[in-house]
Amino acid sequence: MLNLERSMNNGRMIQHAINRRRLLRMERLMASTPESGQIRAAADPPPAPKPPPKVSVRNLNFYYGGNQALVDNSIDIAANQVTAIIGPSGCGKSTHIRIYNRIFELYRDQRAEGTVLLDGENVLSPEVDVIELRRKVGMIFQKPTPFPLSIFENVAYGLRMHYRMSRNELSGRVEAALRQAALWDEVKDLLDRPGMALSGGQQQRLCIARAVAVEPEVILMDEPTAAIDPIATSKIEDLIEELEEKYTIVIVTHNMQQAARISDFTAFFYQGRIVEFGPTEMIFTKPAMKQTEDYVTGRFG
Amino acid sequence: MIHRPAAGRKLEDRLLKVISACAALLGILALAWILLVVIEKGATAINWDFFFHRTLPTGEAAGGVGNAIVGSALLVGLAIVIGVPLGMMAGVYLAEFGRDTQFGTAVRFSANVMMGIPSIIVGLFVYALLVKPMHMYSGWAGAVALAILMLPIIARTTEDMLQLVPNALRESALALGAPRWKVTFQVVFRAARVGLLTGLLLAVARVSGETAPLLFTCLNSPYWPTSLNGPVANLPVTIWDHAMSPYDDLVRIAWGASLLITVGVLVLNISSRLILRRSAHE
Repeated sequence: MLNLERSMNNGRMIQHAINRRRLLRMERLMASTPESGQIRAAADPPPAPKPPPKVSVRNLNFYYGGNQALVDNSIDIAANQVTAIIGPSGCGKSTHIRIYNRIFELYRDQRAEGTVLLDGENVLSPEVDVIELRRKVGMIFQKPTPFPLSIFENVAYGLRMHYRMSRNELSGRVEAALRQAALWDEVKDLLDRPGMALSGGQQQRLCIARAVAVEPEVILMDEPTAAIDPIATSKIEDLIEELEEKYTIVIVTHNMQQAARISDFTAFFYQGRIVEFGPTEMIFTKPAMKQTEDYVTGRFG
Repeated sequence: MIHRPAAGRKLEDRLLKVISACAALLGILALAWILLVVIEKGATAINWDFFFHRTLPTGEAAGGVGNAIVGSALLVGLAIVIGVPLGMMAGVYLAEFGRDTQFGTAVRFSANVMMGIPSIIVGLFVYALLVKPMHMYSGWAGAVALAILMLPIIARTTEDMLQLVPNALRESALALGAPRWKVTFQVVFRAARVGLLTGLLLAVARVSGETAPLLFTCLNSPYWPTSLNGPVANLPVTIWDHAMSPYDDLVRIAWGASLLITVGVLVLNISSRLILRRSAHE
């Protein structure tokens, strides 16, 4: 009884989140269309011509030593959209996105097979320059990880590594990145203070600033708000909705309302497989698979 | 199910507490005792001449250990120059690159064994390696012996301190496109800098009082050190020489030098703790 009530409540909140998302998308569309007044108000926006996917994954398998963690993952990540990856703990969500920037290669016993095409180029091919790959594919982690450097130097770190520029231009770009991460107003007088001195939510936005500074094309987010309080979380969610205009975002989250609030597409992972993938609204309101429905309605996981 | 009375367990608990407290006290007592004796016997030797005069034959007033202080500083300084970069690089290899490799395991094992090797054996080793072929005791040989002693300590503390740095930090630097060596030296080293400094201080403290490795390598000298191509005066062997002599004034100087080394090592240890504690509050 209680369970049913909880799941109904959960459903209402998710519905609310989806409505909010739909509204936002409409607003954005209206703003971008000159004859916004004539738009068919209540109806769904007409389907836009489909752009090629930014990331295209085919038959991706992943192994931790002898254990297979991902089985035949295939998914298309749309450009300039937010794609959420949901699923119970240990289902391979993080493992999946950690392949896009080949960060898993830090560990000697991990290996990936299959193809991950970024703009048509297989990132898993040995000829790919991982340094340039990682400039194009940024990553935000669960726990904020500011470097043991000042706030300014944290943001400048990647810039200095990839670009050569004057001191003036550097400060300009650091400021722009901090503004993009909605952090500038809070830290503009503290740029020489250590990054670790900021609060958890600010640290995470610092990490976002650091990532966007090098002008990536894709940003991977691995449960970016799991270690952060609700107010800071909502700031970061707002930020993600803004970032979506410039970047392709893939976000792993445990929080289904978060997925419903901020994502355009959702993939449901279970035991290393992609069970279902589609527009977020579909996944949450009329999922095709029983497992997906059970998960999004809170019946398991 | 019968309820067990608590009284017996409480007694056991108290007993264990008393025993471990006694053991701890004994350790501290030993240190306090050493300090007390060294201060009592050495304090009278410490004066202007002690620091600024060189070793003089017994009977001549105003002998000191100034030459040995300078010599020791030179030897330890050179040992740091040789031992720290090598040891740190080995530690970097162990923590960053060879963590799970067979070679890494072998290196770690031999570093652990090396830490347990009696220092006199290191002295003999350097004697065979440098002194014998060059037909000469020298400051170089002494510094090399001290560096060999430092090597495993630096390597292992470096490894331990780097391993304390969370992997998330390495990953986020890598994810920005940093090459591995930049991640290690610009990010991981910075994150571990306090621990690395502490390890360095402890290694210096550990070797600065070593006598045995110097006995066979750089000997001792009553003169101010002018070159490392020959015996160099140093504190530990000076203590050994003076303490063995039958003359009261020299024995007193030996006590003074003991006090100097003890206090020096103590200061190094305490300052490394203070640095660690201060950084914990940051």
